[in-house]
Amino acid sequence: MTSLDRIGVQAEPLYGNVTPILYEVAHALDRLLEQAEPTIIDLASLPFAPGELSQLEGVLGTGEIAAELDALGASHIRETAFPGVWWLEHHNTAGEVVGRYLEITRTPQILMSQDADISAGRARLVDQLEGESPDSTNGAGTSAQT
Amino acid sequence: MKTTPTLGQVLQARGVSRRGFLKYCATTASLLALPPTMVPRIAAALENARRPSVIWLSFQECTGCTESLTRSASPTLEGLIFDSISLDYHHTLQAASGEAAEAARHAAMEENMGSYLVLVDGSIPLGNPGFSTIAGISNYDMLMDTVAGAAAVVAIGSCASFGGIPGAYPNPTGAVSVRDLVTDKPIINVPGCPPIPMVITAVLAQFLTFNQLPELDKLGRPKAFFGQTIHDRCYRRPFYEQGLFAESFDDEGARKGWCLYKLGCKGPITYNACATVKWNQGTSFPIESGHPCLGCSEPDFWDGGGFYKPVSTGDFGSGAALAGAAAAGVALGVAAAAVSRRRQAKTIKEG
Repeated sequence: MTSLDRIGVQAEPLYGNVTPILYEVAHALDRLLEQAEPTIIDLASLPFAPGELSQLEGVLGTGEIAAELDALGASHIRETAFPGVWWLEHHNTAGEVVGRYLEITRTPQILMSQDADISAGRARLVDQLEGESPDSTNGAGTSAQT
Repeated sequence: MKTTPTLGQVLQARGVSRRGFLKYCATTASLLALPPTMVPRIAAALENARRPSVIWLSFQECTGCTESLTRSASPTLEGLIFDSISLDYHHTLQAASGEAAEAARHAAMEENMGSYLVLVDGSIPLGNPGFSTIAGISNYDMLMDTVAGAAAVVAIGSCASFGGIPGAYPNPTGAVSVRDLVTDKPIINVPGCPPIPMVITAVLAQFLTFNQLPELDKLGRPKAFFGQTIHDRCYRRPFYEQGLFAESFDDEGARKGWCLYKLGCKGPITYNACATVKWNQGTSFPIESGHPCLGCSEPDFWDGGGFYKPVSTGDFGSGAALAGAAAAGVALGVAAAAVSRRRQAKTIKEG
């Protein structure tokens, strides 16, 4: 952050659409702690005035974890400064934003390894082992093709 | 009927991971205005969905609706065509022309009899068949021939939904809507001039996902997108509640982003999703650019008495509509000072 970023410039008028969402997040954290119930807020479905999305992002801040997903375009997933509150942004292959969500959960589902992928990966590994002698296999990323 | 692979099979063959598929489902849920908790159900349904055949007919139109669709970001048109639907006829986009194009239409109809979707943009002229023809076939004949074996018809844009600009006074071609002619098939109206691209694709995604038509309002529009007015979801609504209006396009109110009601905004009587879905990949919508809503997704919007006249002075309705909207605001718990109410009432009265 540069010193200029610290100057509080209000370029847009305040419309008041951010505060209710923050209260919703607080209530969702209550549900997560008390009932282990996750919540997803689809930010695309909410009316935002110019600048308000950035304002929300700024208030939530950045936490300890950030992850990049490369599947049908990039996805940026990061925990905000409030543990349990995750900011997810999905892009398509053209780089356009196709979805923006707040997930109030311990770990977003999309970060977890999926059964179908684990199963397909295991099959690839077995094929690789059966197609080559163990001595010629140098690592998990080695191609099975000869 | 030909056997087509399921969407799950298509994506698997392309090496799309389960994470990628879940991402696709999440954006589809968002597109359908469904809660994110529906993602697992969407994933299960989509995995086994088969690509429906789609025949797109263009009649008295400006190609703006097709232009809109080609700017759909999620899914992309390319993705939609290759993954989700089989676009078998669209005379603007397809490579074939003339007899080959018409042969493709007939082949798609025969192979998918009873299960294909017909999308129509443009109104149909009844005044003279020669006003608009394709391959020597009048629009009326092509429409009735094509819809005969369709599962459903989707009217894309205000022209196909309500007659639109060709149907505006004095309607020289005798333009009518799809619903005026087709009475024995389910019809979904997706109006707008043009419609929001995401709404077009969402209707197709809904059909693909659940194999059923969305819930419609009295004008045949999907409630998920046309269930609330632009005004209901407008980020400038708080200014309306406070009685703060822009009086001209360059006054203090305009610069401060106040409500555009006095400049003719038709948001209070226009049902559409512009205020949330927005345009140009979610960048903005007309009101965000400082221009009043024209009400383009409502019937006869062109003949409503002036784009820049407040709702209460045109033929769009009376001040009662606005009073109703204001009352709805109170019901939603949006507080407004008494002085603001007086200013608001004065505005409605003055028009």
